[in-house]
Amino acid sequence: MTNTIADVEQADTIIVIGSNTTENHPVLSSFVKRAALKGTTLIVIDPRKITLTKHANKWLRQEPGSDIALINAIMHVIIKEDLHDKDFIADRTENFKEFCKTIEKYTPEYASKIAKIKVEDIIETARLYAKAEKGAILYCMGITQHTTGTDNVKSLANLAMLCGNLGIEGGGVNPLRGQNNVQGACDMGGLPNVFTAYQSVGDDNARATYEQNWNITDLSFKPGIPVTEMINMAAKGEIKSLYIIGENPLVSDPDLNHAEKAFKNLDFLIVQDIFLTETAQIADVVLPAHCFAEKDGTFSNTERRVQRVRKAVEAPGDSKADWEILCGISSRMGYEMNYENSEEIFTELAQVTPSYKGINWGRIEKIGIHWPCPDINHPGTPILHTKAFTRGKGLFHAIDHAPPKEMPDKEYPFILTTGRLLYHYHTGTMTMKTEGLNTLAKECFVEISKNDAKKLKCKDGAKVNIASRRGEITANLQVSSKAFDGTVFIPFHFSKAAANRLTNAELDPTAKIPEFKVCAVKITSCE
Amino acid sequence: MGNTNSITINDNIFTFSSDDTILNVAQRNNIDIPSLCHLKNTKPTGTCDICVVEIQGSPDLVNACATQASAGMKVYTESLKVINSRKNTIKSMLYSGNHNCAIRDFDADDWTEFQLKVIKDDKTDDLCPVWGDCELQNLAYKYQVSIKHEPLSECKYDMERVNPFIIRDFSRCILCGRCVKACREIQVNNAIDFGYADGDTKIIAGNDVALKDSDCVFCGECVQACPVGALVTEKTFTKQRYTTLGKVRTTCSYCGVGCQMDVFTQNNKIVEIKGADDELAPNNSSLCVKGRFGFDFVASPERLTTPLIRKNGTLKEATWDEAIELVASKLTSIKNEFGSDSLGVLTSARITNEENYIAQKFTRAVLKTNNIDHCARL
Ligand code: SF4
Ligand code: SF4
Repeated sequence: MTNTIADVEQADTIIVIGSNTTENHPVLSSFVKRAALKGTTLIVIDPRKITLTKHANKWLRQEPGSDIALINAIMHVIIKEDLHDKDFIADRTENFKEFCKTIEKYTPEYASKIAKIKVEDIIETARLYAKAEKGAILYCMGITQHTTGTDNVKSLANLAMLCGNLGIEGGGVNPLRGQNNVQGACDMGGLPNVFTAYQSVGDDNARATYEQNWNITDLSFKPGIPVTEMINMAAKGEIKSLYIIGENPLVSDPDLNHAEKAFKNLDFLIVQDIFLTETAQIADVVLPAHCFAEKDGTFSNTERRVQRVRKAVEAPGDSKADWEILCGISSRMGYEMNYENSEEIFTELAQVTPSYKGINWGRIEKIGIHWPCPDINHPGTPILHTKAFTRGKGLFHAIDHAPPKEMPDKEYPFILTTGRLLYHYHTGTMTMKTEGLNTLAKECFVEISKNDAKKLKCKDGAKVNIASRRGEITANLQVSSKAFDGTVFIPFHFSKAAANRLTNAELDPTAKIPEFKVCAVKITSCE
Repeated sequence: MGNTNSITINDNIFTFSSDDTILNVAQRNNIDIPSLCHLKNTKPTGTCDICVVEIQGSPDLVNACATQASAGMKVYTESLKVINSRKNTIKSMLYSGNHNCAIRDFDADDWTEFQLKVIKDDKTDDLCPVWGDCELQNLAYKYQVSIKHEPLSECKYDMERVNPFIIRDFSRCILCGRCVKACREIQVNNAIDFGYADGDTKIIAGNDVALKDSDCVFCGECVQACPVGALVTEKTFTKQRYTTLGKVRTTCSYCGVGCQMDVFTQNNKIVEIKGADDELAPNNSSLCVKGRFGFDFVASPERLTTPLIRKNGTLKEATWDEAIELVASKLTSIKNEFGSDSLGVLTSARITNEENYIAQKFTRAVLKTNNIDHCARL
């Protein structure tokens, strides 16, 4: 997030787009709902009538995959009505003129046809956001899990820059991170193209620093390959071995049937986890790890706050902390890695991670610090881009709408969109061990509108077969007012009816994120 | 005196700002005015009448939570009148329900009759589940309230135990309304409210249905706000006293909000999780259903406890030495035969920063490839 969680309550207008906040970030959603209760204008843009719409002043229901057209039209209105922040644009951004040329054609009327939103609603939303002194944008996977995911995010950044809503309290463009330490995994260089703190592996200086600190030579300058492509390369036999830590791609990957074949094609699969997950079951070696309650360390939350994790109980059996296992293997392979404890690792990583340099465990004993925190006296940075953007001037990107890779047709008439439920988490390896959570959310279902259910001649609860070009599953129909005609929703937690047997593995060309949010399916009754 | 923004509490002078209540000023200056209904960060309701104070020159006691501080005001927080009033309030609360924590001070026979009744209601022969961690009990002790020979009151509503997490015990409810505040003003789930059933006030969910059939999302904010034993978790109803528990502050391991939480343990097992401090970012003590209740996985019998190696098609238990030897030699031989870029590591958005750092160090420095990623995109 560019801003903090608490900062949300400072906004005059909040746009929540592609985030089912009450189910996926429940406590953060309370900040949004509280703001609305106290008078902040809340606009929810989502293909489903999610719970947050109950608290919103406006709900815009866009066709899945039409976000760019919609956002462009909102910006079109803002520029046409002269509501943009000219000072901010002049001082802090570039490429505005080029950008305007693209926006020109996105009249509300034009976008209305693509997004299936009323012209008036687009205009009103534009005014509400542009006229607010402080406007915040929150988004999540509903924006990123598209083949146009990167462009969707850039469009939101355009919108925020256009109204001068970056670098201020109560503003910002705020991605909500789904998993507890996604932020940290990225910050720590768990990415193919960068070291910690997003230092490029191609950067000679960065490599030199690392080589010196790690006491080695010849670090590779060639960017590695992202997870989604590793799987394709495994299928082709170009990747021979995968070492998977704490993830269960055999439920979370798109187009599972393909992923399954890919993993089985590996010469050697190592899985390190706390349970024998679906993925661990096909591994050659399974290494038992500690869970969060059994170890010391830090997580970085969605607002870039580095916080302590502390050991509360002893771990079961012979399991070990993930870092201990990795150090053991490394030493056996001839590169000694020895650390007394996790804190010692933090001290090392802070030395080579500019944005964490000023943080140590002592400083975050009571309360976490927001990176960037470049030195020991620095208080941390709750709000980013207050004076300049990372690259200096903010760049307006001229972006055109592009439809999802797979759209409904005669044979597969429904759009399928996937997501999570409040009571479960990701592939359910943790939440499904709590009986009460299973009671509240037992099994997979297909959420469908009343009209569509009627057309299928199926009642609420009916067992149906859902099929896409890639696979099929069975689940019970759940007729819901959250669903909109033509679009169905399936939670992806349940391995027995894994929604990802249906989803499309088409990727966003930059971020390599699969298009989980749109694919075409057909539904037939099993009864 | 005469200063436009100073007020005297128990003969000490304090300054205040225009929207301060007497309670705000007192709390800021560490003067304890007890209250059973006030909930931080919400609007005061003044329902419990415990926070009464005496203002010099005014005949009636006032509620400190609902009275604005004003210039020259002289407040007494523990005068005779105040103490007597609090005693009466506490007394009526104590005999309104199944407060069987022994604070009631019974005759032996009275106690037996009372306890037998409570056992029937609770379906357990224990004392009140929050015994030792109850704000009403603390106050009854502080003010030495005795209600000998008072008649036992009947509660019209059965205990609600039809959802997996939260028990609603109407007999112990003192109608302070903190749960309503927690639900409507803090979490804004709007599941519960004051309502009327059979002519009596009752906290109702929806239009008086069970929590599981209402808009309740089991965040447990109301349980944490409840000053007595009216809202308790299923787990603590059968578990033992707080005093024997370990407590560790940590970060939730589910979503990216990173809520700060206190984990309570007993015999190396997590028995309860509560939101940390109400002043502590990012969550100010709120949690959601997963963070608060989803901890059974930690002690699950299905946890992996030993390394496994596939032999003849099936995974067999192995020692660490065998497992590490196998992984090290396999990775080395694949690297030698097919090159570093034929290896890949998927690190995790679930493990710590320290562990992610080690994972990428291992990948880059030992495997000599940049083929490292995690599943955040998925
Ligand atoms: S658990 Fe949460 S949603 Fe349910 S009644 Fe309590 S505060 Fe409201
Ligand atoms: S308690 Fe709920 S909202 Fe808070 S971090 Fe955990 S999962 Fe997220």
